Amino acid sequence: MQLAVLGGFVLAAFAPLLHHWFGARTPLVMALFPAGMALWLLGQWPAIAAGEVLLLEWGWVPGLDITLTFLIDGLALVFSLLITVIGALVLVYAGEYLRGHRDLPRFLVIITAFMMSMLGLVLADNLVTLFVFWELTSITSYLLIGFDHTSLAARKAALQGLFVTAGGGLALLAGFAMLGVAGDSWSLVELNAQGDLLRNHELYTPLLICVLLGAFTKSAQFPFHFWLPNAMAAPTPVSAYLHSATMVKAGVYLLARLHPSLGGTETWVITLSLIGALTMATGAFLAIQHTNIKKLLAYSTIMALGTLTMLLGIGTEGALVAFTAFLLAHSLYKGALFMVAGILDHETGTKDVTAMGGLRRVMPMTAAVAFVAALSLAGLPPMLGFLGKELMFESVLGASDYRFVILLLAFTAAFLTLAVAAIVALRPFLGTLRETPKVPHEAPLGMLAGPALLAALSLLTGLAPGMLDGLVGATTASLGATDSNVHLALWHGFNLPLLLSLLSLALGALAFRHWDRLRARLAKLEPVMARGPEAGYEAMMQGLVSVAGWQTRMLQNGYIRNYLVMTLLVLLGLVGHALFIRHSPRFDLGLDVYFHEAIVAGLIIAGAVAACVMRSRLAAVAAVGVMGFSIALTFVLFSAPDLAITQLLVETLTVILLVLVLFRLPRFATLSTPLERLRDLVIATLTGGMITLLMLSVLAGERLPRISDYMVANSQPLGHGHNIVNVILVDFRALDTLGEMFVLALAAIGVYAMLRFHAEEYDTRRSSASPEKHDG
Amino acid sequence: MEPLLAVAIGVLFAAAIYMMLRRSIVKLVIGLMLLSNAANLLIFATAGLVRGAPPLVPAGLSAPEGVVADPLPQALVLTAIVIAFGVLSFAVVLVRRAWEIVRADDLDKMKDTDT
Repeated sequence: MQLAVLGGFVLAAFAPLLHHWFGARTPLVMALFPAGMALWLLGQWPAIAAGEVLLLEWGWVPGLDITLTFLIDGLALVFSLLITVIGALVLVYAGEYLRGHRDLPRFLVIITAFMMSMLGLVLADNLVTLFVFWELTSITSYLLIGFDHTSLAARKAALQGLFVTAGGGLALLAGFAMLGVAGDSWSLVELNAQGDLLRNHELYTPLLICVLLGAFTKSAQFPFHFWLPNAMAAPTPVSAYLHSATMVKAGVYLLARLHPSLGGTETWVITLSLIGALTMATGAFLAIQHTNIKKLLAYSTIMALGTLTMLLGIGTEGALVAFTAFLLAHSLYKGALFMVAGILDHETGTKDVTAMGGLRRVMPMTAAVAFVAALSLAGLPPMLGFLGKELMFESVLGASDYRFVILLLAFTAAFLTLAVAAIVALRPFLGTLRETPKVPHEAPLGMLAGPALLAALSLLTGLAPGMLDGLVGATTASLGATDSNVHLALWHGFNLPLLLSLLSLALGALAFRHWDRLRARLAKLEPVMARGPEAGYEAMMQGLVSVAGWQTRMLQNGYIRNYLVMTLLVLLGLVGHALFIRHSPRFDLGLDVYFHEAIVAGLIIAGAVAACVMRSRLAAVAAVGVMGFSIALTFVLFSAPDLAITQLLVETLTVILLVLVLFRLPRFATLSTPLERLRDLVIATLTGGMITLLMLSVLAGERLPRISDYMVANSQPLGHGHNIVNVILVDFRALDTLGEMFVLALAAIGVYAMLRFHAEEYDTRRSSASPEKHDG
Repeated sequence: MEPLLAVAIGVLFAAAIYMMLRRSIVKLVIGLMLLSNAANLLIFATAGLVRGAPPLVPAGLSAPEGVVADPLPQALVLTAIVIAFGVLSFAVVLVRRAWEIVRADDLDKMKDTDT
């Protein structure tokens, strides 16, 4: 399986080449790949449903405990089946939708890479590997949302999605690090086996906050929901894939995966069920304000993601069953409906449902598919969606905390979703045929096949839910349920959930009937809505840009002096703090000086000071020379003959170089004011003084043993040299010397190039100048 | 001798920094020279000064007799002296080149990229 996923990335890279060979049939050919994976996964179904867990070991970085091991249990199987099946259908669909599009190969590259990242995410057993795939989905989805990169809106939406999800990804990384430390393992299997230890660990709360931030941003939970509808700027096949079964479900997947290790505490239950319920209601409420069919569906996706989070929060065994059923139902109908929306957009040229009408006459097949899928969205029998909704109501009624609040929010969401389903499936198809920008025709087979299959699956699994028993049972087992015997049934008898369903049906029908008036009323709330979380995001981005601009103007202002002063002040502060406050310095001022040594030190000081105050360039260079030769003398006096020789040679060359070059430069000018000079003098004196004190305290401190004893003892026996310094340079530390030679060679090349280019430039200037002379 | 040399090194650093804070680009180069000398001397002196015992192995022996000056800092400083020379010659030619193109000796006039 690992090979297949990695191979998928390779396949993605070859998509342009395949497109060269197969032309418009490429998507069909490439769809065979996920389809094959889906077949393999289907082959594992019976074993997994019987309660087996497959662990495909694969080492990656053994030294860091990072593995590419894949874990296939119920949860992973459900997700990977959805990813591969819907992925294959989306590829087929996209082949028609983007037929003849210039950038089809690019699309195929990104969507295949995305598919593989998503698969890796749901299959990975290792936290680090999971995170790598997690970030890969963020990046590939950024490219997918911004596919139409000439459109400003698409670029903006893509960036927004990236910022929100990658920002959450940073929090998630911190959360994973803490999780790995707390559980002393990076393997999900091992972490999930020690849930009690993790829940009682002192890092539990910060860890949970970070992980939830990551999951909530990815899965567009309130208040991070705003990026998802904006991401509808992507081509419809992308929306159908990312927002039905994959990208946004990654957060939900993570929560489900960590449910056995982190779930069940009071914090978890309250946060997840309240945020989930709030997201549900927000999504449904915002959905009915829109007439753009993709936005309608996007907000209803937020509703569904909220439902899933809420069910994980409630966390009873019933809720976990409801979670699985709802997850399956939503992926199937939402994928189908997005593809229908794409067909409508493709055929009529508009996304506005109020501009469409009577399309059932020209596109009966599409209408039928839309109707069946929307039945599931509405949660009406005999669809899988109905089953999911009934189970959801049942779990909410069994919730332990804030039951009434959650029920109210869930009920509101349910009846509004019903209205959304009616708007999407009835409005464009019923009534009289209306004129649209394009003349509509029935969609081609390639576009219809995907949604039709998904809608049929919704219907089939709704009629015979028993076939899912094993898989749902295995999934709830991987979510931490102890009893994995699940029996799904469409008919639960007359009970409270059914009553709630009927009530929501009535209210939903009412909302659909008066939708236009409802929308007009809600439009008056616009000013309030404009202050939502998205405004906060905008303000934050603006703030970020202006802070960056301000600090660049402040710090990166182009004056070398300011950089130096800033660096020196920091150095003074830090070293001064360490020297005087953290250690009380001791100075050993015992003077043991011969007269000639004092003269040499005096010459060094005099040379340095003279170099600063001389007004003539020659005098300054001469002063520097005096200082350099005095340093060479110091080396002679204190047992360093090699240094003295080198210093003498280099100093001579330096003076010659300076004399040759500097005299082509202008004379010293007085450029700074006395005040500036005073400021620089203070900074320079402070730094110099601090270095003196630092050195004195080092000399007064404890003498550490030399590390060169080995070299002294072995210079002759091993290096066959009597000059130890030379042996060190060419033998013990020969690599340093090699590096030094590289530096010198580079400097020489640089010097040569600068002098050489000068000559050429001079020549061209002269040759271009000479004809003008003739003209003159 | 060490305390005296410490003072001399402090003065060298102060002079180097003062020169590097000037606007004249030639003074910057002189500051650079002072700075590299100061750093070399600092490393040399902090390792401890020894009079009249260079790190040499007398002929016929396999190791020096008695204490000799620490050869390792000397090797490091030797490398540093040579590299400082390389950097300096590069800087000097760069300054000359900049002067030819910009015709300015003032660092403040060189703070934009498009001159």
